[in-house]
Amino acid sequence: MSLSYEDVIAKYEPVLGLEVHVELNTKSKMFCGCATVFGAEPNTQTCPVCLGMPGALPVVNEKAIESAIKIGLALHCTVAPYSRFSRKNYFYPDMPKNFQISQYDEPICVNGYVDVEIDTDEGPKQFRVEIERAHMEEDTGKSLHMGGATGRIHGADYSLLDFNRAGIPLVEIVTKIVPGTGKYAPEVAKAYVAELQTILRSLDVSDVRMEQGSLRCDANVSLRLIGEEKLGTRSETKNVNSLRSVERAVRGEMIRHAELLNAGKRVVQETRHFQEESGLTRSGRSKEQAEDYRYFPEPDLVPVEPDAAWIEKLRATLPEEPTKRRKRLQAEWSVPDKEMAAMINADALDIVEATVKLGADPARARGWWLGEISRIANEKEVVLSDLSIAPTDVAEIVALIEKGELTDKLARQVVEGVINGEGKPAQVIQSRGLKVVSDESALMAAIERAIAAQPDTAEKVRNGNIPAAGALIGAVMKDTKGQADAARVRELLLGHLGQK
Amino acid sequence: MITRSAHEMSEAMASGEITSEALTQQHFDRIAEVDADVHAFLYLDHEGAMAQARAVDKARANGEKVGPLAGVPLALKDVMVQKGIPTTAGSKILEGWRPPYDATVVTKLKDAGIVILGKTNMDEFAMGSSTENSAYGPTHNPWDLSRIPGGSGGGSSASLAAFEAPLAIGTDTGGSIRQPAAVTGTVGVKPTYGGVSRYGLIAFSSSLDQAGPCARTVLDAALLHEVMAGHDPKDATSINAPVPQVVHAARNGNVKGVKIGYVKELNGEGYQAGVRSCFEESLELLASAGAEIVEVSCPNFEYALASYYLIAPSECSSNLARFDAMRYGLRVGDEDGVSAELVMNLTREVGFGREVKRRVILGTYALSSGYYDAYYGSAQKVRTLIIEDFTKAFSKADVLVSPTTPTTAFKIGDKVDDPLAMYLNDIATIPVNMAGIGGMSLPCGLAPEDGLPVGFQIMAPAMQDQRLYSVGAALEAELLTKWGAPLLSQIPALGGAK
Amino acid sequence: MTDSELDHLATEMDVILNAVARVQEVATPDIKPTSHPVPISNVTRPDVVVSSLTPEQALSGAPAKEDGRFRVPQILGEE
Repeated sequence: MSLSYEDVIAKYEPVLGLEVHVELNTKSKMFCGCATVFGAEPNTQTCPVCLGMPGALPVVNEKAIESAIKIGLALHCTVAPYSRFSRKNYFYPDMPKNFQISQYDEPICVNGYVDVEIDTDEGPKQFRVEIERAHMEEDTGKSLHMGGATGRIHGADYSLLDFNRAGIPLVEIVTKIVPGTGKYAPEVAKAYVAELQTILRSLDVSDVRMEQGSLRCDANVSLRLIGEEKLGTRSETKNVNSLRSVERAVRGEMIRHAELLNAGKRVVQETRHFQEESGLTRSGRSKEQAEDYRYFPEPDLVPVEPDAAWIEKLRATLPEEPTKRRKRLQAEWSVPDKEMAAMINADALDIVEATVKLGADPARARGWWLGEISRIANEKEVVLSDLSIAPTDVAEIVALIEKGELTDKLARQVVEGVINGEGKPAQVIQSRGLKVVSDESALMAAIERAIAAQPDTAEKVRNGNIPAAGALIGAVMKDTKGQADAARVRELLLGHLGQK
Repeated sequence: MITRSAHEMSEAMASGEITSEALTQQHFDRIAEVDADVHAFLYLDHEGAMAQARAVDKARANGEKVGPLAGVPLALKDVMVQKGIPTTAGSKILEGWRPPYDATVVTKLKDAGIVILGKTNMDEFAMGSSTENSAYGPTHNPWDLSRIPGGSGGGSSASLAAFEAPLAIGTDTGGSIRQPAAVTGTVGVKPTYGGVSRYGLIAFSSSLDQAGPCARTVLDAALLHEVMAGHDPKDATSINAPVPQVVHAARNGNVKGVKIGYVKELNGEGYQAGVRSCFEESLELLASAGAEIVEVSCPNFEYALASYYLIAPSECSSNLARFDAMRYGLRVGDEDGVSAELVMNLTREVGFGREVKRRVILGTYALSSGYYDAYYGSAQKVRTLIIEDFTKAFSKADVLVSPTTPTTAFKIGDKVDDPLAMYLNDIATIPVNMAGIGGMSLPCGLAPEDGLPVGFQIMAPAMQDQRLYSVGAALEAELLTKWGAPLLSQIPALGGAK
Repeated sequence: MTDSELDHLATEMDVILNAVARVQEVATPDIKPTSHPVPISNVTRPDVVVSSLTPEQALSGAPAKEDGRFRVPQILGEE
């Protein structure tokens, strides 16, 4: 019988440790000039260096260093005035040199933090996640495991290797241990990764798409009895491919650890793999004996000593910190907390801001993006930015509504049209004939037609039965194919029939 | 023509006395005549060499300007990657491997119009001092075929002494250019670390390896040095500075007023008598030519060998990890159900020789956790001390000198089972690699007791390689006057008539 | 390695340990280690794509290949 989460947190407190690998969006690889384009034909972006051929030598990509420094600065780290690369030695076929060039005891950035906010029973709560270090390293190639049933390594007969990905720059961000999250550990973990994603995206150093592998998260979880000082044994969970999985993986591991501990068993220090379908983890490689990587300073590379002036120059290029920006926009737009949180959760802040910058009223911009457009996105199972509608389009539509040239109802059709690729708002309005009928004489003509068709109803209105006007208004709307401003029609109709 | 210097050959081609094609053919003929005995070469590139020779001849005929060594044949140590040409590093694990790219040095040679005859034999992965560790059989010293030609670059030096090539490329990690030069009576230079690109040089010990010129005269070595050297953006450890003016120095050899420091700790105590006497006579010659001889002390040199022991195997254990049967090279044991790990182990078991395995195991051990600080870490501190010793010494002298090796060429088989005795061959050469400075060995005589060549080592401060050539050329000139003819004119005839 | 090879190795190890003892004599904590004989730093290359090998060249030495990829025996351990 499986424990409930409540049982777990009643007895134990979790301690987290998160390692995030960021694939940088440099044009060329970390140590050679090969292209980094995603999805290229196998082994078409390789050279003697990233294939680990005899005689090949690495040379560091300057943009990778720049990105690593920007990441460190954005995470409030200290940028080391002196850092070096090290060799991490181990055998694995997807690692061409059988060592990975990484950074060991002299990483480029140390001691930072990220503040995250989560929703708790007592309202929003802040957590500071401390960052131990951020360092540079290179990615490995990709293996296809063949012959087995599931394409997994277990049971495979052989493997096929593609080294296009080998050598792509990575920045690894490692947190210090994160205690004190209590029952919110899963949420804090998720919020941390989400916040990292936002920060990194704002720096434009990576695509940070978890489903594409440009942002990878390994979650370390351990439990200890509440009040206990000594740390419990931790397990590391890999293959966590979405924000939701981060949360589920942490929760799942907490439960698994608790079940073991309650049964008097030991938690094994090991690497586990998260299974999307079940939300559980499967055992991988045991890390009881920590692998000896025989680290030593990379003799083929020279130290990285960024000068203070350059670091300050990079600091000046950093965009506004996401947390500060959010607070500022919330204040500027007078958005209630819950709505603000919804906008952030929907990852719609940038797109709404862009729309506002084009002159749209913030509330209307929000209303459209989070309302109708989000609905369509959910239906199509894509994210907002994947739709073919841009802030300029929405801004234009909002402006037309404000001018009275579009009603909300008509605007919805325009949005639909733009998303379907029928063109920009003006084109859609033109081709679908969606303009508001504002020509008063045309409206009056329609009104008179309606009155003529329903003389008894009209008489009722003349006699003071205002609600009866509804039927006449409806008729006018039908007549104008919904392109009349219903409020104006009502006004004119009532006036015409001697009512207000 | 084959006994002339590269410089003389170049002049002969410039004057129309001979074509590169004819010259190259003469060398291939010589190789066919003697290499069955010497075994300097692992591979001969007749087609490529002739094509290059003809191209140079054509350019010259068209009146195009060609470099000072254009059309001159050269032997390339098989540790250098050459596109499309079998490159083995003296190992079975790379048997038949044809690299898809050229080392930067090779590109420079080709651009200079130099004719690469083929790849020369070497100790496997440059580990050794006798070329007996080659997986393809040893090379024989042309002075006495029963003796070693030195190592790891024995093939290159032997090819020079056997007149199979006037120029050769070697690499030097602990003495692998200088020691073979010493025991074959030829000239070998290890430039300042970073002076020549390591891109395409199959790595042994990355912080010590350096490629350099080998030749029969100091001027030839200088000409080749200027072709090979220079900053390479593909090698992050290469020096971004102009190539030192070594040819100018070699043409203007002079030791008047030059302070020559002989290193007390390398003064030859315990060395072979004939080695000491040749060395001392050369010192006297230099003094009579106007040099001021001073004694300097480098007390930390006695730790250099021990420190090298820890650094070189450590780096090599990591550098050689890539030979895993996955992407290139030998693969053994790939049958149903055998894992990649096992295939790698089986392949390395078969593909690596004894000495390589020894060093990989030792290096792995020296880097392992808990031992790093005591082993590799400490050894790197000794480097600092050695650099300090050199710095102090160079404040008192412009160059330092010593005998290159403790003995002349020993017999093949003598030391192969005694690695420790083998390592002592490099006792005088290793400090130079540890400090990353430049060093040269040139022939200074034949030891009276065995009639075998003795080498004289010159050491210069980092980035001052030209001092090697200036002093070397001066000594060479003095010795030439003393002997009346180059030392190699005394080498016993090989194969047919010379 | 054969037995005799292992014996040799044992002697080697002795030498190494002696070497370590010697090196430790002088390698005191106050001395900075040197990993590069020539003091260079900050060597980088610009973030520019340079032409690579063709897949044929990349795979030219491969002991086994399939579908444009390197074919290797089954790998132990997890992915």
